[in-house]
Amino acid sequence: MTSNSLTARDTKPQPVIDWMFWLAVAAVAFTYVRAIWFTPTEATQGPSQKIFYIHVPSVLAGYLAFGVLGIMSIVHLWLKEERADRMAAAAAEVAVLFFAIVLITGSIYAKVIWGAWWVWELRLTLTLLLWFLGVGYLVMRGAIEDPMMRARFCAVLAILQVVLIPFVHLSVYFVRDHMHPMPVVLKPSSPSLPNSMLMTFLISVASFLLMSAALIRARYRLTMLRDAADAAEQGGMA
Amino acid sequence: MPPTLEATGLTRLFGRQRAVDGVTFALAAGESMALFGPNGAGKTTLLRLLAGLLRPTAGSAVISGSEARGDAHVRGRVGLISHQTMLYPALTALENVEFAARLHGVESPREASLAALERMGIAARQASLVKTLSRGMQQRVSIARAIVHSPAVLLLDEPYTGLDASGAAVLSSMLHELRRAGASMLVVTHNVSEGLAVATHATVMLGGRFASTELVSGMDPAGFAEKYRALAGVEMAAA
Amino acid sequence: MRPSLIQATWIVARKDLLIEWRTRTAFISAVVFSMLGLAVFYFAWSPTAVSPADLAPGVVWVVFTLAAILAVQRSFSIELLERAGDGLLVSPVDREAIYLGKAIANIIFVGAIQLVTVPVAALFYGLPFGEVVPVMLGIGALATVGLVAVGTLFASMAVNTRMAELLLPLLSLPFFLPIVMAAGQSTQRLVAGRPMSESISWLKMLVAFDLVFIVACTLAFPYTIEE
Repeated sequence: MTSNSLTARDTKPQPVIDWMFWLAVAAVAFTYVRAIWFTPTEATQGPSQKIFYIHVPSVLAGYLAFGVLGIMSIVHLWLKEERADRMAAAAAEVAVLFFAIVLITGSIYAKVIWGAWWVWELRLTLTLLLWFLGVGYLVMRGAIEDPMMRARFCAVLAILQVVLIPFVHLSVYFVRDHMHPMPVVLKPSSPSLPNSMLMTFLISVASFLLMSAALIRARYRLTMLRDAADAAEQGGMA
Repeated sequence: MPPTLEATGLTRLFGRQRAVDGVTFALAAGESMALFGPNGAGKTTLLRLLAGLLRPTAGSAVISGSEARGDAHVRGRVGLISHQTMLYPALTALENVEFAARLHGVESPREASLAALERMGIAARQASLVKTLSRGMQQRVSIARAIVHSPAVLLLDEPYTGLDASGAAVLSSMLHELRRAGASMLVVTHNVSEGLAVATHATVMLGGRFASTELVSGMDPAGFAEKYRALAGVEMAAA
Repeated sequence: MRPSLIQATWIVARKDLLIEWRTRTAFISAVVFSMLGLAVFYFAWSPTAVSPADLAPGVVWVVFTLAAILAVQRSFSIELLERAGDGLLVSPVDREAIYLGKAIANIIFVGAIQLVTVPVAALFYGLPFGEVVPVMLGIGALATVGLVAVGTLFASMAVNTRMAELLLPLLSLPFFLPIVMAAGQSTQRLVAGRPMSESISWLKMLVAFDLVFIVACTLAFPYTIEE
């Protein structure tokens, strides 16, 4: 048996939804209760500013997932570890999910604050691109049937995508003079927020990162269960 | 002197399907194996593993002591003939063979290519675009392409396909010549008489495994065909 | 004596160019496509609202990018036909030489398309020939290297999939974004009569992109052809 055989190692089925997931759900729920009812409303922007507590944490959650995608892709190509490929795929789905949340909440926020459903602001543009990269990865996964080829090609793609990101960042940054001014909330320097809002923000970031990790883990385990089921089904032929 | 062509526990999975399952054999210089088997037995996959085109899931394919998927020098010792012609239709016969010669670093590639085409009896059409040639002529060009660099190991997948009687004769005599010069061969074929005529060993492959291997000398072709029918449950093509 | 990397690269490039020269259909199609694209964009805009010279930079580079994708696609489809590509793989040449050879052939191919279509763009959009065309060709050369480096690699992957024609643009276009932006912005300044020094950051980024991706794709290529 080589490392390509999944059945040899993962004989003990692990639950898809476990303590980590429920903890993440609880953390996110706690975040919202606190954000909606126990955090003061910002003076100039009103209640819509609270989208901040979903929008920014989703960005970070998405970056975490994308980072996992990149690292697992390298691990797969380097060590030929098939499980790394499964984790990369799980991370890609989670990244696409969170980036979609960023785009939607960003769009709502833009409409409320600036009156336009979309602005080509630096971070939104970058997020849109990352979303496209994630979608491209998932489309590639769907287009190849042979598992070994699929894993290899997707790993190559993900690594090249990671190499691309700084260039897109730079390009969009160069053009920013002509773009809509950046909103005060998303500025790169540390947010100048009163303590209670800062606290809510930090809690929301932590809960979203946890949710991201939990979703990746759950999705990964689901894939492993399916693979094990397939292997058992064809066990007679193997 | 290590065997020229050797497989040890060679296995290849596609998903869960075992196309080649623990194949082990060794051929010394000048030996040649005719490989028979029904469709889907894994013969083409085995050839591709030996050629280094596929990575084995387990086991190894070794050419003159080096792994088939190892460094580039090993690849230079193999000549491959597939089901498809492996030719570029938009190029001429000579251009195709010369391209292969150059890739293998053959001295005087043009002369060597012309000689190979001559040997296969198709030098007269060297300037013809491959797409204008009949299947039989394309097959001759394809064979010329595979031998232009005098490979130590020849892997042939149904090489007699499309050849008329004279083409088949040219091929058989060329294979004998190469064997006498020390090359080893694996010939996949459905045709008993053609296969046994060029081989020292005859093997039947079933379900990814070698079901039987025996020496050809002293073999009775009819008896072999009978044995094959029993093993595989299908008829072989007769002479 | 097995060929060195450079020799092998040239053997592969020469073969691809020879095949393209024989058929010429891909070249002609790409040129005609580019000219059609340039014409269609012209008529899609009202010339009074936006002057053709302002429109040109963006349009030109978008059209060329699409033409480059078309060009690169055939690069590996010729190897699948009759499994000729196996002949390359069962030879002692370095895998990297296959990639580099095809990339060089594609660069020459796309470069040739631009040599014909950039002057046509200048003609259609009323750009001053002498000042603009040579510089655009220069920018085009830099852009082409990047487009081809990435496109050739993705073509080698896409050709193995069920949806090659859709997958290649889908995967490549995010990568082409920095190239198109750099080329478009530089051309914009050029057409507006600004000195090229203003575009230096863009051009530097373009060169960096080219270098980084030639190396990255050359290293990645062997993974896309082993089975």
